[in-house]
Amino acid sequence: MPSLTLQRPAAAPKTGSLTMFLHHPLFRPVAALVLLLVLDLLLVPGFFHLEIKDGHLYGSLIDILNRAAPLILAALGMTLVIATRGIDISVGAVVAISATVASMLIGGTMVLQDGVPTYVANTPMVWALCAAMGAALLCGAWNGVLVAGLGLQPIVATLILMVAGRGLAQLFTDGQIVTVYYQPYFFLGSGYLFGLPFSLYLVGGVFALTALLMRKTALGLFIQTVGINPVAARLAGLRTALLIFFVYVFCSACAGLSGLIISANIKSADANNAGLLLELDAILAVTLGGTSLAGGKFSLVGSVVGALIIQTLTYTIYSLGLPPEINMVVKSVVVFLVCLSQSAEFKNMWRALRTRANANKGEAA
Amino acid sequence: MTSLTSVAPVLQLRGISKAFTGVQALNGVSLNLYPGEVHTLMGQNGAGKSTLIKVLTGVHMPDKGQILLEGRAIRPASTLAAQNLGISTVYQEVNLCPNLSVAENIFIGRYPHKAGRIDWRCMSQQASTLLARLQVDIDVERPLASYPLAVQQMVAISRALLGSAKVLILDEPTSSLDDKEVELLFSVLRDLRQQGMAILFVTHFLDQTYAISDRITVMRNGEREGEYACSELSRVDLVNKMVGVPAAAAAAAQPTADVANDTVVAAGAKADGRLPIFLRTLGLGRHGSLAPVDLEVRKGELLGLAGLLGSGRTELARLLFGADKADGGKIAIHGVERQFAGPRDAIAVGIGFCSEDRKHEGAVLDLSVRENMMLALQTRMGILRAIPLKRQQQLAQHYVQALGIKTASIETPVGALSGGNQQKVLLARWLVTEPEMLILDEPTRGIDVRAKQEIMDYVANLCRKGMSILFISSELSEVLRVSDRIVVMRDRKTAGEYPRNALDESSVLQVIAAGASHA
Repeated sequence: MPSLTLQRPAAAPKTGSLTMFLHHPLFRPVAALVLLLVLDLLLVPGFFHLEIKDGHLYGSLIDILNRAAPLILAALGMTLVIATRGIDISVGAVVAISATVASMLIGGTMVLQDGVPTYVANTPMVWALCAAMGAALLCGAWNGVLVAGLGLQPIVATLILMVAGRGLAQLFTDGQIVTVYYQPYFFLGSGYLFGLPFSLYLVGGVFALTALLMRKTALGLFIQTVGINPVAARLAGLRTALLIFFVYVFCSACAGLSGLIISANIKSADANNAGLLLELDAILAVTLGGTSLAGGKFSLVGSVVGALIIQTLTYTIYSLGLPPEINMVVKSVVVFLVCLSQSAEFKNMWRALRTRANANKGEAA
Repeated sequence: MTSLTSVAPVLQLRGISKAFTGVQALNGVSLNLYPGEVHTLMGQNGAGKSTLIKVLTGVHMPDKGQILLEGRAIRPASTLAAQNLGISTVYQEVNLCPNLSVAENIFIGRYPHKAGRIDWRCMSQQASTLLARLQVDIDVERPLASYPLAVQQMVAISRALLGSAKVLILDEPTSSLDDKEVELLFSVLRDLRQQGMAILFVTHFLDQTYAISDRITVMRNGEREGEYACSELSRVDLVNKMVGVPAAAAAAAQPTADVANDTVVAAGAKADGRLPIFLRTLGLGRHGSLAPVDLEVRKGELLGLAGLLGSGRTELARLLFGADKADGGKIAIHGVERQFAGPRDAIAVGIGFCSEDRKHEGAVLDLSVRENMMLALQTRMGILRAIPLKRQQQLAQHYVQALGIKTASIETPVGALSGGNQQKVLLARWLVTEPEMLILDEPTRGIDVRAKQEIMDYVANLCRKGMSILFISSELSEVLRVSDRIVVMRDRKTAGEYPRNALDESSVLQVIAAGASHA
């Protein structure tokens, strides 16, 4: 099934296991992450230090994982969209919408319980969460209809929601930042379960579910087929429109979940800034993970690794005490290097240079 | 046209060969092009015409052979290089920029400069002069898109004539023009011929060939079949040479072909009127692509569809499969009327379709042999019921062996396989669905002889087991050899039906040629 093929080198080299290892699609992203971690080991004191406080695991690594959770979720959704040759730039807007809906509905009113002031939710939290996710699904359905039904170009179709979504969220809140006072909601963002941050379970759950869908159903095969050759897919009987609709809904659902984590983390919803430019980080994570923007073969694990690279990079820069502006420059350098490594043109140039160098060496000898 | 011998050819091709991953696209092709002649290149799809043009225009480098331009050997490495040498090409589709003005389109990349800036006035004047040479008088400053296709084609030609073009190549320039527009184009070509231009004209319309050509070079299977003066070659002879002379084909048939013949005869003996009808169409058609067609396909029958390119063969196949939507007529499967909203519906009633365009409509190149084979069956089973990996491997292994597919493993990406093996994988994709009817559109095009034979043998065998096959091929000899019944198509409609025993090869050719001459 697809995940098997995903883990198979594209060129199927017959030579030794080392070549196979080096040609594995996950080699480059994992190597980049390991490189970053080694850098951290050398530069950031106590980076790998983990300790248990009050039954909770603490440490830089946990911190990175926890903070990467919203990005990983967005990247998972984006992976499937990109695999169908699409793109979804409305992810950040959907984050804002779901965050706003949840925060507004929960809010929190102070009441006296047994003489103790406590906050209770305006709407039962389950309903609020359902409403937020429902709003996200609606957003996805809107994108899906535009792309799959009306045949709009994905970037244009999702641009509409990218612009409108944040506006809608601000209309909901009258442009105010909505603060949440209801304690149980914070658990989503900063709670601990069995010693680990709760958001990690959410991410793990979504990842496992997605991977299972790809492995145990034909979804992965179909998504790749549509991404590689949509005409052949249709002639093989695939309902390509339905499939494309699905991936946009899925992507928005992931974004909606990200929105919940983000707003639970900051205990409020800022329609202006929640998940701002998250879509670009998600696209970057997918690309870093080795999935081509041209669609087709994709790697969920790769996207997770990509998201971790981005978060580790950010963390490293902060902990080195460098100004945050540097982060953007470094990120762009990373993007540049990744794009360079994926460019066929560049590979050809590189190869030509190497053969020339070898030839020169040969002449010299 | 003056006597050819007195003039030196402006362009000579000598023994040009070109192979693509195992397929010999061109094999020692020679061609002489003289100034002041219209030389038509004819051949079926896959005969190597377009490859030859691409070698000439610098898109492909030949593996072997020489190109001489005015006696000097050239090796154009790009279309630009070819153009600078004086070889200009006008392609089938007008590939200009519709939003730019006519003048800009003509001079794009070669704008006249004055004092470091583009000299717009000079450009417009020159453009008008160039077009006047083609008897076209239009406002060159209006956008190209505001003119009809024929004028756009003229603009493309004047662009090709810019500079010092000695050779003008026209690659099927008439396929999107109507009769009047074609006449206009031809009068321009005659003028250019008068002015001494050497014109290489590629087309598959017989009428046009006879209307304009001085000489004809016929290509078949990547080789030059022959070069003829237009006046000395009859239409029937020409079609004969394009599709392969029946006598020669019979002589060339290998012993393996005889074996295939026997098996097919056995299959053919079965296909009499008593077999139940699997599929029947009544007035099935689509405006602008296929006139209403009545057709019957019986169970276990191998029905051949013959006809030239553009005769409506592929269009019919696509309608039968629901790939295009019919706008008239009915399809009945086992006597029950069906509506095909898409391929999905056709697959559901047991029809499979191997498209003629293997690369763009069939193979999913990055996916493995196994995944490609499973695709149709999996879509039929739905997303949720994934075929167990074990079962997939069994099926894939089975068909790799049964069809003799040469692949490193069933996990090799299909893109790494040769054309013939890719075709077999696509055949297997449908065979695993155990269809009742299989539509094979040019299943043997562009693949080597052996794979061709293996595929046809296998198909004949399937027929004997009760599968209906609709077989479409440009190679008439192949259609005649394997089919139980042949439907000839021309001018986008059916032109005759021939049962196997009453089959007369030359009459089929007559039907095709007659049709073409009426077009």
